[in-house]
Amino acid sequence: MIANVSRRDFFKASGALVLAISFPGKVFSQTQNAFSPNAFVRIGSDNSVTVIVKHLEMGQGTYTGLPTLVAEELDADWSQIRVEGAPADASRYNNLFWGQAQGTGGSTALANSYEQLRKAGATARAMLVAAAAQKWGVPASQITVAKGVVQHQKGRLTFGELAADAASQPVPAEVALKDPKDFAYIGKPAARTDARAKSNGSAMFTQDVKLPGMLTAVVLHPERFGAKLKSFDAARAKAVKGVVDVVAFSTPATNGVAVLARDYWSAKKGRDALTAEWDETGAFRLGSAEIMAEYKKLAVTQGTVARKDGDVERALKDAPRKLEAAYEFPYLAHASMEPMNCVVKLDANSEKAGCEIWNGEQFQTIDQAVVAKLLGLKPEQVKLNMLYAGGSFGRRANPQSDFVLEAAAIAKAIDARAPVKLVWGREDDMRAGYYRPMYYHSLEAGLDARGRLIAWRHSIVGQSILAGTAFEPMMVKNGVDATSVEGAATLPYAIPNLAVDLHSPKLGVPVQWWRSVGSTHTAFATECFLDEVARATKRDPFQLRRALLGKHPRHKAALELAAQKAGWGKPLANGKNEGRSRGIAVHESFNTFVAQVAEISRKKDGSLRLERVVCAVDCGVAVNPNIIAMQMESGIGYGLSAALTGAITLKDGKVEQSNFHDYPVLRINQMPRVEVHIVASKEKPSGVGEPATPVIAPALANAILALGGKPVRALPLSAQGITFS
Amino acid sequence: MIALNVNGKRVEVDAEADTPLLWVLRDYLDMTGTKFGCGMALCGACTVHIDGQPTRSCVTPASAVAGKSITTIEAIGATRAGKAVQDAWVAENVPQCGYCQSGQVMSAAALLASKKNPGDADIDSAMSGNICRCATYPRIRAAIKRAARGLA
Repeated sequence: MIANVSRRDFFKASGALVLAISFPGKVFSQTQNAFSPNAFVRIGSDNSVTVIVKHLEMGQGTYTGLPTLVAEELDADWSQIRVEGAPADASRYNNLFWGQAQGTGGSTALANSYEQLRKAGATARAMLVAAAAQKWGVPASQITVAKGVVQHQKGRLTFGELAADAASQPVPAEVALKDPKDFAYIGKPAARTDARAKSNGSAMFTQDVKLPGMLTAVVLHPERFGAKLKSFDAARAKAVKGVVDVVAFSTPATNGVAVLARDYWSAKKGRDALTAEWDETGAFRLGSAEIMAEYKKLAVTQGTVARKDGDVERALKDAPRKLEAAYEFPYLAHASMEPMNCVVKLDANSEKAGCEIWNGEQFQTIDQAVVAKLLGLKPEQVKLNMLYAGGSFGRRANPQSDFVLEAAAIAKAIDARAPVKLVWGREDDMRAGYYRPMYYHSLEAGLDARGRLIAWRHSIVGQSILAGTAFEPMMVKNGVDATSVEGAATLPYAIPNLAVDLHSPKLGVPVQWWRSVGSTHTAFATECFLDEVARATKRDPFQLRRALLGKHPRHKAALELAAQKAGWGKPLANGKNEGRSRGIAVHESFNTFVAQVAEISRKKDGSLRLERVVCAVDCGVAVNPNIIAMQMESGIGYGLSAALTGAITLKDGKVEQSNFHDYPVLRINQMPRVEVHIVASKEKPSGVGEPATPVIAPALANAILALGGKPVRALPLSAQGITFS
Repeated sequence: MIALNVNGKRVEVDAEADTPLLWVLRDYLDMTGTKFGCGMALCGACTVHIDGQPTRSCVTPASAVAGKSITTIEAIGATRAGKAVQDAWVAENVPQCGYCQSGQVMSAAALLASKKNPGDADIDSAMSGNICRCATYPRIRAAIKRAARGLA
């Protein structure tokens, strides 16, 4: 049922060709040993080709896109491809963009695997061909491979028939990769490998794991961040039928009380019956309004410089015309459909002391290290089984390993008597923090006598996501958290005097990356402000962008494609009793360039509707156009949820939202038609999981500005009295 | 003991009367295709059919549906509409993370069982109780129409 559990047995099976490829030393070795490093491809005597995928499948299509790379160079038939999640082992399965760390994020899965997996496939192919050449006594160069069949005048053999012989062939030191013109799979819409299992209920998520004797843990967290458990009364919880145990737990990330039962419902009833007292000495007590007021005060003081071109102060002083605007952004919860959960089995007393975890595992190296530290183990004693994640949007890659650590701490607190499945309810998930941070952006533009943009000052205030994490030394340079200013400090527009500065106040609200990270707010502030400049100077927003993007051809090409496909500049089909408008935005994140045109309508009664979104994307070589389209649609829908209604607010330190009634998300009736167009490109592929998300809110806000002349200066729209049907 | 009729089989479970059907299916009967998303009938991930009607199992006490005919994602493929929906889901590449899709399939199968040729408004009204955070909505819409064509 769980692919990873039986992996060792698979390896032990005879007749399997296991390829081990080591990076970055490019030392190739071959082994039949189950525990050998760096295996990506396994060809079974049953003719199956199993691709071991090192990245989490959380919806973004890694279990389809990564096997495509192997299948391409292997010349396998798509129907023989199987997929298996890799175990935690950074020496073999590290993210090549992250040094020695294993994990999934930053839209890197396909990008960092592009050559690695093609080489893995090409190497396997070369060994199959060598085996066939030996068997038939012919030169390898005369042998062809197509759709999983190795062929020559002398015969025809399947991969399965050749697997055992191929395993004894020397591993080639170098393999040639295909010329892109010969691609059979790359660039074609291969079907998702997980579609069937995810349509009939058989796909395995963490929520679905059941181990012998396992207990379900439901937890009581403090209502305020930073509060510590003082005491608790378990009597009423223990009186609930089915409750087995009630224990306190504490980790560097969370603390509270866990109620354990054989089933979720009993554990939840027990949790709801608990009473606890908290020490709130160090608790966070501010509300959102007070936080924003502090941010506004900070914004008028000089922050840490993130970019400085020319002399902004002077240019603004001399500018005959100036514009100003400020933008406000709330905290956002990830709210993936599968609330956070984790299964932990501890083997405390046996000789094989260790810990085994089942999880929608996104951050192997961090989780291993943090859990090992808590339990007094070595990282390699923490075995991780990577299951499908029911969404994540960044949440499952928690730099403190919050929920994973919590599950381990609870398993320890019951002295490893039983495996523990930690299950957060929706309310627990929504109130546990690790939000997209609140942000305040203040911008000022200077225009010359002809209305040209000559100065741009951008001040950003908001919590650093990376401060205090293992990523701080790498990604916080000269006091600037790169994720706070990405998209703003990298503004592509040709403006001679440009300055970006940053304040990163420290607050007790846990924050984290959220699908497309800093771009979630920087794209809105920059793209909306540019439209305000266009409006003030009577320039067409598309033409203004084009004129300023001379040195950024990829931005420009995406922008032009979106505009062309959307019919930008052509009259809108205004229906009777309604007004229509378009808004445009372009933004690069994770080296993928996305432009969108949003088309909205307003009925006489004032109700708004997002009719259509035209999206153009340049993500380099389009490995699977279908997955790219899916991710553009998904990113737009996710960004729309935040733009329309998304807000986590605090009052006296307490989170006010709890479930989908007060944290509404996009439903099918609000989803616009989406048309995706891919810019033809020979550049290396870049990711598509995140980059559509930040573009929709500014495109939509710019359409609202075009329709009514009123700029949107804060999100979500619902808090501004703007609602969409 | 609660006696239930799940996917045509009679089963008895030793659960408290207030236990929602969702947790009886998942924790007592080990049928994990039906998913937990919100616990308040807000997201639709837990949708099953009770006597053919799409129902949120997370707020339906198991004892309240004793004796009624319960169909879950594990068996919906055996119905004509359910099979058509599942095939259309694969053909249109609907699932992304997949967690909500059991519920989506159950709502879509119920819609098609009662309405042969649903229009956009019918789809909105039948499917707006099912949240998908991956926003697979355009493909859900296309897949329901494809399934309807297949059933015609």
